[in-house]
Amino acid sequence: MPYDLLIAPFAEFGFLRRALVGCLVLSVAAPPLGVFLMLRRMSLTADVLAHGILPGVAAGFILAGLSVTAMSLGGLVAGLAVTLGAGALSRATGGREDSALAALYLVALALGVTMVSASAGSVELTHLLFGSVLGVDDPALLMMAGVATLTLLALSLAWRPLVLECFDPSFAAAEGARGGAWHMLFMALVVLNVLAAFQAMGTMMAVGLMMLPAVASRHWARGVGGMAYAASLVAILSSVTGILVSYHLDVPTGPAVVLSAGAAWIVSVLAGPVDGVLARLFRRRHLAG
Amino acid sequence: MKGSPGMSDAIRLHGVTLSHDRHPAVHHLSGAFEAGSLTAIVGPNGAGKTTLLRAIAGLHPVDEGRIECPAGRIALLPQMSALDRSFPISCLDVAMLGHWRRLGAFRSVAPAGRAEAEAALEAVGLAGFARRPVGSLSAGQFQRLLFARLLVQDAPVILLDEPFNAVDTRTAADLLRLVREWHGQGRTVVAVLHDLELVRREFPETLLLARDPVAWGGTEAALAASNRLRARMMAEGWDASAGACGRAA
Repeated sequence: MPYDLLIAPFAEFGFLRRALVGCLVLSVAAPPLGVFLMLRRMSLTADVLAHGILPGVAAGFILAGLSVTAMSLGGLVAGLAVTLGAGALSRATGGREDSALAALYLVALALGVTMVSASAGSVELTHLLFGSVLGVDDPALLMMAGVATLTLLALSLAWRPLVLECFDPSFAAAEGARGGAWHMLFMALVVLNVLAAFQAMGTMMAVGLMMLPAVASRHWARGVGGMAYAASLVAILSSVTGILVSYHLDVPTGPAVVLSAGAAWIVSVLAGPVDGVLARLFRRRHLAG
Repeated sequence: MKGSPGMSDAIRLHGVTLSHDRHPAVHHLSGAFEAGSLTAIVGPNGAGKTTLLRAIAGLHPVDEGRIECPAGRIALLPQMSALDRSFPISCLDVAMLGHWRRLGAFRSVAPAGRAEAEAALEAVGLAGFARRPVGSLSAGQFQRLLFARLLVQDAPVILLDEPFNAVDTRTAADLLRLVREWHGQGRTVVAVLHDLELVRREFPETLLLARDPVAWGGTEAALAASNRLRARMMAEGWDASAGACGRAA
């Protein structure tokens, strides 16, 4: 019975195995980035980026059809433009960065939808907006795995400056730590991971596996490292659960994975040992002495 | 006012003007903090005290003039409210950030460096807190932790921005003892403070700032009633729609 529920679908269907590999690859690299975004109070930035890449992806799509390379390159250009543009806009207008980001992503989303609709039908538009986890092909899988590998390498090298830049950017600047350069590297990684997730989840849900596990991880660990591991673990469990649920209950896979991550977040808020609701209600007795 | 810059200066200011959005925060300030001096910076709110410290630490652009620091490395204690006190990082890790200049992004922490950080935690009264997350600290304990990081930094020049704000009196007394020790070791210490009684008691030199420097020198003379009155009038009388400054740099 457990075999039928948990293993058989993957043993039987190649497209489910590919979906599983794709989601697991995303689960390893994106959630730690989400943890850093959350700590920098930039939880919404990833979502903005996911919408912001759409015009670039659409341009790639118009030129070369549903080609991973063309859409990724277009998305990369658009993502970096949104990242740099939001920073420059907020400096130039003296406004707050979040309002510049909101304006940019609304324009980008509308532009992207217009471009795709003008050159293709609603099937392609749905594909770009919501993705198809069950339809990831070899080039998409390779791209996702490549991004994950690069991300893990870069994170392991840049861990210390990234933590410092999050915690005390003034100190980083005074000590000559080049916080700005590390932050740019970090944002480039976020753009790449949003693009990788876009291959499977589409533009609307690309950051589901990045941010929900990250937000949930806050309730499982007290250090940045522990939170990164917890976030990846939550993402992995959500991926497996989501794919199985979507198979057995016949619901769309992308939303099922994101909903599973959402459920994991709710469980974390309630039952997590760090600032969880239950942990607050039933405080352990304090240590003697 | 301070005399002309000499050889034994830790920090020299030459006609320094700093601004936010073209509105001057510090206006044509010249002078020097002598090596080994212990100076308080006082003045009304918005007088440019924090901006001046940040500029000396290289964190704020200098519009006009120049800042020299012959003494070398500078350590800055920021205002506590500038930091996220719920950040998931341990006390020992924060103290070890003080090693950044020696270790940079990649070098590993030697056992000696770790021992230094632990000793610093002990010196500020946080022995046994090494593994505690900073989120569990009170405001006073967090300020002690930032002082531990200053100890690890071991810099010849130390800038303190409102170091005793929002901390309990015992913590303030303990931290003040560290400041006296630094002074005794010949380090140059500059602190932004509000408590004039404390300044008179502990700080031999004072810079009274109200955008324009009002007085700089021995504390008693600098804090004379006439100077303080002048500072208040300058702070209140500043016209927000003033034209561009015509004075030469």
